[in-house]
Amino acid sequence: MARIAILSYIKRDSFVHGLTGRTKLVFFLAWSVASMVTYDTRVLVCMLLFSIAIFRASRIRVRDISFVLGLAAVFLFMNNLFVYLFSPEYGVGLYQSRTLLFTIAGPYTVTLQQLFYHLNMTMKVVCVVPIALLFIACTDPSEFASSLASIGVSYRIGYSVSLALRYIPDIQREYHNISQAQQARGIDLSGKDKLLTRMKNSVAILLPLVLSSLNRIETVSNAMELRGFGRNRKRTWYNLRRMQRSDWIVAILAVVILAVDLLVTFWDGSRYYNPFL
Amino acid sequence: MADPIISFQDYGFQYMAQAAPTLHHINLDIYPGEKVLIAGTSGSGKSTIGSCINGLIPFAYPGKKTGTLLVGGKEPDKSSIFELSHTVGTVLQDTDGQFIGLTVGEDIAFAPENNCVPQDEMKELVNRVAKLVDIDHHLEYAPHELSGGQKQRVSLAGVMVEDVKALLFDEPLANLDPAAGRATIELIDMVHERTGAAIIIIEHRLEDVLWRSMDRIVLMDEGRIIADMPVAALLSGRALIEHGIREPLYLTALRYAGVEISEKMHPEHVEKLLLAEEDKEKVRNWYQAQKSQVSRREAGEELLRVEHLDFGYTAGQRTLQDVSFAVHKGEMVSIVGRNGAGKSTLAKLICGFETPLSGTILMENRDLSGDTIKERAASIGYVMQNPNQMISKPMIWDEVEMALVQSGMPKEERKERVEETLRVCGLYPFRNWPVSALSFGQKKRVTIASILVQRPRMIILDEPTAGQDYRHYTEIMDFLKGLNEQGYTILMITHDMHLMLEYTPRAIVFSEGRMLADTTAAHVLNDPDLVRAANLKETSLYTLSMACGIDEPQTFTECFIGYEQKEVR
Repeated sequence: MARIAILSYIKRDSFVHGLTGRTKLVFFLAWSVASMVTYDTRVLVCMLLFSIAIFRASRIRVRDISFVLGLAAVFLFMNNLFVYLFSPEYGVGLYQSRTLLFTIAGPYTVTLQQLFYHLNMTMKVVCVVPIALLFIACTDPSEFASSLASIGVSYRIGYSVSLALRYIPDIQREYHNISQAQQARGIDLSGKDKLLTRMKNSVAILLPLVLSSLNRIETVSNAMELRGFGRNRKRTWYNLRRMQRSDWIVAILAVVILAVDLLVTFWDGSRYYNPFL
Repeated sequence: MADPIISFQDYGFQYMAQAAPTLHHINLDIYPGEKVLIAGTSGSGKSTIGSCINGLIPFAYPGKKTGTLLVGGKEPDKSSIFELSHTVGTVLQDTDGQFIGLTVGEDIAFAPENNCVPQDEMKELVNRVAKLVDIDHHLEYAPHELSGGQKQRVSLAGVMVEDVKALLFDEPLANLDPAAGRATIELIDMVHERTGAAIIIIEHRLEDVLWRSMDRIVLMDEGRIIADMPVAALLSGRALIEHGIREPLYLTALRYAGVEISEKMHPEHVEKLLLAEEDKEKVRNWYQAQKSQVSRREAGEELLRVEHLDFGYTAGQRTLQDVSFAVHKGEMVSIVGRNGAGKSTLAKLICGFETPLSGTILMENRDLSGDTIKERAASIGYVMQNPNQMISKPMIWDEVEMALVQSGMPKEERKERVEETLRVCGLYPFRNWPVSALSFGQKKRVTIASILVQRPRMIILDEPTAGQDYRHYTEIMDFLKGLNEQGYTILMITHDMHLMLEYTPRAIVFSEGRMLADTTAAHVLNDPDLVRAANLKETSLYTLSMACGIDEPQTFTECFIGYEQKEVR
C-alpha cells in the first residue's frame, strides 16, 4: 500500500521526545503566543535561532516532515502575496517612512518598509511552524489526550483527538481498498476525466467509506461505553508521565521566554521594532 | 445451587425501529462459573440476547421489553451500562473496533482509567491481567502490530480487569483463521479455569467452539429458545440441523453411515467419541461403498498462469516470494492460509492493484504487466469481503449497471446485459429495489452481479462467506457453485475449511508469503505437517476415519464430500 507521508508521531530517542506531553504542550502554547504577539525583529531573530536549535535537538530530519513543510511554505507564500496585493504600502504606514526602491505598475510599488514588514511576517510563521510540527512529531499520540486533560481540557475532547489518531490509519487503508475495487469497475480517478465526472466518481468511493465509518463509530462507541467511558467527570491516565526536573526547567523556560518576549516587545509601547526612525 | 447471575423470565424485546418483537418468551438462567454456548442463525435473536445481558439494550438500543431480566440481581434498565460492566465483561466480534487504546497496555487500562484507579495501582493491575492471557510481553505494541489472535487476548484482558462475574463473547471466531480460532477457544477455557467467571459464547461455528467442553447449549431460532440442554443431548438429536446450524462433521459422517448417535457415545468431542465395534463396521462399510464412486473432473485449458511472483510493500521485506501456479478454465480453487500469509496480496497483484517486484502474470498466455486495473477488470473480476465496501449506488439496477455506464456502452445493450446478469444471480425480481432492502447475502449477490456484468473470464472472491451462518453460507456457496457450473472460473480466498473442502476440489496453501502446496482440498486437511505449517486445522473426519480403522483419511474425506454433494443436495 502506498504510504501517504502525512504528519504523524516519529519515534526517536532525543531530549525533546523525553519530555512529557504536558511540558511540550505548555511550551508550544507559550511559544505560539510569543511569536504571534511580537513583530519585533530582534525577538524574532532570537526565536528563530532557538527554534532551529530545538529542531536539531529533536533528531527529526527535514525530510521526515518535508510534505507538511512544503504545504506550510505554500500557505506562507500565498499569505505574503495577498497581503501585498491588497495593500502594497502597508509597511510605509506602519514604519512612518518611505524608501521607494522601484515601481512594478500602478499602485504596486516596492518599498524597503514593505519588504521589512514581509520579512517580519514570514519570520513569525517560520518560528512557529517547526515547533508546532515538533509537538506533533515528538509527542506519543497516547500522551495527547492526557496532556490536553492536564491543562484543563475535558477528557472527552482530548479522547476524541486521540481516537481520531488511532483510526486514521485504518480509514486510510479502507479508502485505499475501496478505491482499488472501484477502479476495477471502471471508475477512473487518475485525472484523465472531466472535473464533474471525477467528482461523481469520488462519490462512488466516499459513499461506502462513510457508511463503513459510521458502522465503525457505532462499534467503537459501544465498546467504550461497555468499558465505562464517561462514567466520571475525571479519569486517570495509564500513560501520563510524571514531570521530571528537565520538564520543570523547560516549562519555566517557556514562561520566561514569553515574559521576556512581551517585555521587549511592549517596552517602547509598540509591537513593531522600527529601524527606519 | 447459588442464585443465577443472569436470569431471563418470560422476557421479550422489541427494538424501537422494528415492527415486531425480536425476542419472545425467553426463560434462561445462567449460574456462576457455567459455560454456555448460545447458537442460532443470523436473525435468530442470539446477538440481541447478548445485548440484553451487557446493557447495550436498553442504553444504546432502546426498545420495548416484556417480562423480567435480572443481571447480577438487578434489572438493567434500573441500573446503568457502567454498573453492568462490573458484572458482565463483553468481548465484541470486531476486535479492531474494540481496541480503543493506542497500545496494548493502554487498551487494557481503559476501564480502570475510567474508574479513576490511581496510576501505580493501574500499572500493576494491567501487568497482572496481561500475564493471565499471555500478552504481557507486548504491552508497548500498537494494534496493527498484532495478529488477530493477539488482539483477541487484548480484548479479553481489557474486560477482565474489571474482575467480572461473567464474560460474554459475541462471535469470537468470526475473523480468525482455523488455528487462531482454536487457540481462542483454548484461551477462553484457560481464563475460565483461572478466574471461575461464567462464560457465555454466542457463535454458530459449533464444532470449533466444542473444541473445549461447554456445559450446555442454548439453541435459538426466530427469537425463541428452541432447546436448552447439555451438549451431548442436543448433539444426539436433529434440532441443530432443523434450525440451520451445522453439526460437527464427524457426526454428519456417522449419520450418513447409518450410525444412531446417542448421549452415551460422548458426541461432544471427536477425540472422546466412544464407538461400538458395530458402529465402526458401519462406517467402514459405508466407506467401501462410496470409495468406488469418487471421481475427479478433468481440467480445461489453461486460463491464468502466475510465474515466480515476488512482492513486498516496503523495501527489504517480502510479502510474497516465488509464487507460481496455473488455473484452468472452469476450475474452482481455494487459496488458504493464516491471516497475513499473503493471500489477499496475491489477489491484488492479479487484479493489478499492486505491481510485482518480479515475475509475470499471464492471462491466456498474454502477459498482463502492461494492463491497467481497468483493462484487467475486463477479464478478472474482484469481489471484496464486505459488500458494504463495494456498493455505491442506492438502487440495485444502478449498482449492477455502473461498470457498463463507465465503459460507455450504449443504453440498449446495457439493459440487455444487466437483465441477463440479474437473472443469473437470481436478483431479477428485485431489479427495481433499493439496495438497503436486501439481506447481507443478497447484497453479496449484488456485488457479484456488479462484477459479472463485465463478463470476466475469472472471478476472485475475498472471504465470500465470512461471518455467515450455515444457512447463508450454503446460499452463497450454492450460488457460486452454480456460476462455476455455467463455466465461470472462480478463485476464492478463504480460511473456512468447510468451504474449501466442500466446494473447491483444489487448494493452494500459503504461509509467510510462500506457496506451501497446490493439491486437493482433502489432501490439505489430512496432511498434519501442512496443517500445522499453514495454521489450518485438520478436519474431524481425519480423526474419525482413524478411529474406525480406515487408514486412508484423505479418500474418506473425499467420499464424505462426494456423498454430500450427490445424496444430500
